[in-house]
Amino acid sequence: MSVEVLDPGPLSTLQDLGRTGWAHLGVARAGALDRGAAALARRLVGGAPDDAVVETTIGGIVLRTGRAVTLAVTGARCDVRVGRHQVAHGAPVTVPAGAVVTVGAALVGVRSYVAVAGGIDVEPVLGSRSTDTLAWVGPPRLAAGQVLALGSPGRWPEPPAAVVVRPREAVLRLRPGPRADWLAPGAWAALHGTTYAVAPDSDRIGLRLAGPRVERRAGELPSEGMVLGAVQLPPSGQPVVFLADHPPTGGYPVVAVVEDADLDLCAQLRPGDPVVLRTA
Amino acid sequence: MGGVRVVPVGECACLVEVGDAVAAASLAAWARASGLVAEEIVPAATTVLFDGCDPAAVEAALPPMDRESLSDSGPSVRLQVTYDGPDLERVADHWGCSTDEVVERHTATDFTSLFCGFAPGFAYLGGLPAHLTVPRLESPRPRVEPGSVALADRWCGIYPTASPGGWLVIGTTEATLWDARRESPALLAPGTRVRFEVAP
Repeated sequence: MSVEVLDPGPLSTLQDLGRTGWAHLGVARAGALDRGAAALARRLVGGAPDDAVVETTIGGIVLRTGRAVTLAVTGARCDVRVGRHQVAHGAPVTVPAGAVVTVGAALVGVRSYVAVAGGIDVEPVLGSRSTDTLAWVGPPRLAAGQVLALGSPGRWPEPPAAVVVRPREAVLRLRPGPRADWLAPGAWAALHGTTYAVAPDSDRIGLRLAGPRVERRAGELPSEGMVLGAVQLPPSGQPVVFLADHPPTGGYPVVAVVEDADLDLCAQLRPGDPVVLRTA
Repeated sequence: MGGVRVVPVGECACLVEVGDAVAAASLAAWARASGLVAEEIVPAATTVLFDGCDPAAVEAALPPMDRESLSDSGPSVRLQVTYDGPDLERVADHWGCSTDEVVERHTATDFTSLFCGFAPGFAYLGGLPAHLTVPRLESPRPRVEPGSVALADRWCGIYPTASPGGWLVIGTTEATLWDARRESPALLAPGTRVRFEVAP
């Protein structure tokens, strides 16, 4: 049982729930950036919660099935084709052996997820099949010609037939961070309701925001541990939201932390998209 | 625990500020040994991050601080170094001694891995006295070879993989600092004691 990568698009990686327990050795957690979309894809194919799925970036991916498989595409909306025939996004699709599956470029959002029944079976590294794009711990990014082995399907309950995914408001809710006291007087209040644009150099490491400069005390901290969703404020005054591949430690003050429930949204914002900040 | 501050980081993490890296490594080692529940325990220069935990439970469990406990607990490693680094003379200038004396002082120092960061398996080794501080390069090298033994500030570090870097390189070791397939992937995990010796 296998699936072959014919064209990986600009960046496709394998992602599960990520690797925890290694930050103290300098290893990022990785894992699917849009956790909800990845979980939905797994559920649609009757997969286990920690199955590895494919995460695409803007450009989609082209696969060929080695035998008949059930797969599902979720996350960024895109055309999905089996051969020439368009099939459903966000629903389980059974594909015959030898079929070419084209996950098209994202029409809305950035990252689509492809789950295959049985899960993608590569050797875990430090307990996870996720690719960390910061230090490239884990399986390498997918390449043309690569053949991905699949696990055995059917150990998990039957999937739901279809799911409604509601569009999200582009709002990030912020709590004060451990270094909120580094903000200039009035800077915290000024964040509330302010619109930033997503900067083009955003990636799996961080969502970079461009907009009104956030004023803070000058200087750097001694390096300290960073959490998922930490909002670092470099001297430029342009905030960076740390995502799954963030470095485990850093020296810029964390002035805010994004609500966990809003992090999936960060995975789907495109360069130039507006995002509104709301303080708790 | 006297003189520490616990700072919340979102809902399920907190930073414990302890003052210096030895105290941070010591608290992190204690927390691991005592089975304190957290997904990540990350010591750093002056703090320990507890992530994936109940911050109130962490605060309640903090022990009285015993700064001397660390040196007895960790494993110890001896690393052979060829002292032929491009910045050996520069370090000698900063330390006001000969390059031979740099090697003598480096091999005579008891180092301890206090925390990792920068790259998987890159350990910040403490142990040099304050008067032997050295600055980083003004502009980092685009590529530092794996195994490069280097100094910056009061720290010694060894590059596990090739990367850009601004530390002053004094030598090279052939030890494998990082191997994800090993049971202990980082040779110099926090708490490890390190002595350097001149490679034959």
